[in-house]
Amino acid sequence: MKSLCFYFQVHQPYRVKKYRVFDIGNDPEYFNDRGESNLNNRTIAEKVARKSYIPATRLILELLKRHPEMRVSYSFSGIALEQLERYAPEALDLFKRVVETGQAEVLAETYYHSLAFFYSVPEFERQVTKHRELIRKLFGVWPRVFRNTELSYRNDLAAWADSAGYAGIISEGWDPILGWRSPNYVYRPVGTRTIRLLMKNYKLSDDVAFRFSSREWAEWPLTAGKYGQWLAEADGDTVNLFMDYETFGEHQWEDTGIFDFLEQLPQEIAKNPGIIFRTPSEVIASYEPKDEVDIPSVLTWADTDRDLTAWTGNAMQKAAIENIYALEDGVHLANDAKLMEDWRKLQTSDHFYYMCTKWSNDGDVHAYFSPYESPYEAYIAYMNALSDLRLRLDKRQPQKGVLQT
Amino acid sequence: MKTRILMFGWEFPPFHSGGLGVACLGLTRALSKLGTEVIFVMPKKLDITSPHTKIVFADGGINMRAVNVALSPYVTSTSYLRGRPKNGIYGADLMSEVMRYTSMGSVIAREENFDVIYAHDWLSFGAGIEAKHASGKPLIAHVHATEFDRCGGANSINEDVYAIERAGMEEADVVITVSELTKNIIVTKYGIPEGKICVVYNGIDESTMPSAGKGLPRLRKLKAAGFKLVLFLGRVTLQKGPDYFIRAAKKVLEYDPKIFFILSGSGDMEQGVMELAARLGIADRVFFTGHLEGADKHEVYSVADLFVMPSVSEPFGIAPLEAMKLGTPVLISKQSGVSEVVNHALKVDFWDVDEMANKILSVTGYPGLAETLSKNAKNEAHRLTWNVAAQKVDGIVNTLMRAV
Repeated sequence: MKSLCFYFQVHQPYRVKKYRVFDIGNDPEYFNDRGESNLNNRTIAEKVARKSYIPATRLILELLKRHPEMRVSYSFSGIALEQLERYAPEALDLFKRVVETGQAEVLAETYYHSLAFFYSVPEFERQVTKHRELIRKLFGVWPRVFRNTELSYRNDLAAWADSAGYAGIISEGWDPILGWRSPNYVYRPVGTRTIRLLMKNYKLSDDVAFRFSSREWAEWPLTAGKYGQWLAEADGDTVNLFMDYETFGEHQWEDTGIFDFLEQLPQEIAKNPGIIFRTPSEVIASYEPKDEVDIPSVLTWADTDRDLTAWTGNAMQKAAIENIYALEDGVHLANDAKLMEDWRKLQTSDHFYYMCTKWSNDGDVHAYFSPYESPYEAYIAYMNALSDLRLRLDKRQPQKGVLQT
Repeated sequence: MKTRILMFGWEFPPFHSGGLGVACLGLTRALSKLGTEVIFVMPKKLDITSPHTKIVFADGGINMRAVNVALSPYVTSTSYLRGRPKNGIYGADLMSEVMRYTSMGSVIAREENFDVIYAHDWLSFGAGIEAKHASGKPLIAHVHATEFDRCGGANSINEDVYAIERAGMEEADVVITVSELTKNIIVTKYGIPEGKICVVYNGIDESTMPSAGKGLPRLRKLKAAGFKLVLFLGRVTLQKGPDYFIRAAKKVLEYDPKIFFILSGSGDMEQGVMELAARLGIADRVFFTGHLEGADKHEVYSVADLFVMPSVSEPFGIAPLEAMKLGTPVLISKQSGVSEVVNHALKVDFWDVDEMANKILSVTGYPGLAETLSKNAKNEAHRLTWNVAAQKVDGIVNTLMRAV
């Protein structure tokens, strides 16, 4: 039996508003844009919920009822769940009902959708713990499979997850790493004891996530029947289809037929007796690892580089990320919950992605989605907010003179 | 067979006072590299050698003294009258100069052998029209700036200039503009049908860059002492927005006193801008260098931490590309054509002095920003060549010739 394993990423950052130099020291609110722009976190959450989360989840709930053999899995960032709770409770309620069916697995990640593992493991662990607690509180489950931000992965992350007791971990199924091997098997990360590695089949995932509505694509239009056939023909033990949940209704709009495609897919899968839906945990329990996989430098799911350069490739990104993590000790000493929260919200990977200038190489501005006019605007707003945070921090910390007395 | 273009211009480096001459040189050189022959016509005899272009002078024999002063495509008719030298070499006013050039258009058209006529800006549009009437060959009118840009939002435009511009564009088979911004002006204010307007962005290459050299030791000293330098370079006129630069400087200095502002250029607002700086109490923080050329210009671009172009209305704006090519970060107004083609620049509405100050302070305060801008701007400027522009012009010329 071959498995079909769906994992959907649900994430929304707290975008930093247009924060000017003059606001430093005067405005401690960085994420409260209330205007018409794409920096208004409330309206974005409402829009994405309306266009994607609500209709997609309603449909999946219906499909899970109609097809008791169907399985899906989700990874929710903590800050996405927070925002849904505040701005789109209907979406959160639907997610809860999906998890209640027992046919959906929830994965572990960092609460703030950060790259903390590569900058501070203690901070990373705190964010993972905070996320676990939120998932437990909202959905009543403990995640067993770990997924790191942007699917970023390295041997030592797998080792960490192994010792933390996770059954599985997820990565990109990138050809240069796999060589002759297929992503469609369960693997054992090098240097680990019991944990298993599931790798994304990016070709079949991207057929839906990126190419579905592209008329230049030779396979357009993609029907559920055709796609079901491809899945049936795929080699190996498992086809891991990992994608942003916004694929349904936001990246691919409703009028592309994406919801009809999703609706018809389970019955097309059912036509092939050789395929069965499984969650990541079920996949891991079903197969022996095929081989050991060694990934000594960071692998992600972004671009053709599949590394961290989309987040840390230029001098602005490096400065921003180094500056934010440099505040760690101070933030802990300050003992101020709001300050801690703002500091963590500034760790979200999206902020650094918005500063990416890699597109200048291929001239394709649209390859990188950003709510800012340019990467430079993103950096200016971020650094100004960070300067304010630093100022707040300085005010909280006891003066030297005081310490001496 | 080589295509031959009869091109009417007004100025040509090194005898020019702004972007028009640079654009003519860059474009003709790139066109000739593509195998197109250009016969470049100028109103006055200048001491110019240009291996790639045959240059014809419309005046036959006026001596070199005639060249060096007030004739500039940027002067309006009234300011020409004011600034006109008193030795009587020129005609009674700018308009009669233009008319004299115009009347030569048909003479030259009869003497030369060519396929297409090409005229740069209103000063040479008349000559272009005359050449078209005499030869029956198609005319391309290349608009580098309109009367509305030159007046920079001032109360009134010169109706005579407007009439010549309009006649040239109406007579032209194709109108080329240097930006979408200019195209819009031409559609809305001159009533030219959108269908015959093509946008061809200016480019930049080594041949039109100011030459490198050492100079301005005082600025280098300030840099060494840890001061940041913010540069304005352009004509000091309403169109270029130097007053917004000074107002932004005032705001910036309230937050960071370790910055100096350099205002390079000359023009009718010089006095007013100096007074403004004094009134705002920042006179000691703003250097007025006057007009810079060659090595000095190269040096001031290189030494600056940021180049600012706050133009109120800028059809294109080559100066930011020069700064970018030298790796200097730039902040340009959104009311400029160059902002349509450049990604690696900070952009701001010219009137938004606060945002201008915010961005200046960000560049001077966050090294990562300056470094990334510098690196990417250099690469980008390298790609925006005259060759790209010439290829587009070549395509337009070929289409016109097929239609004939």
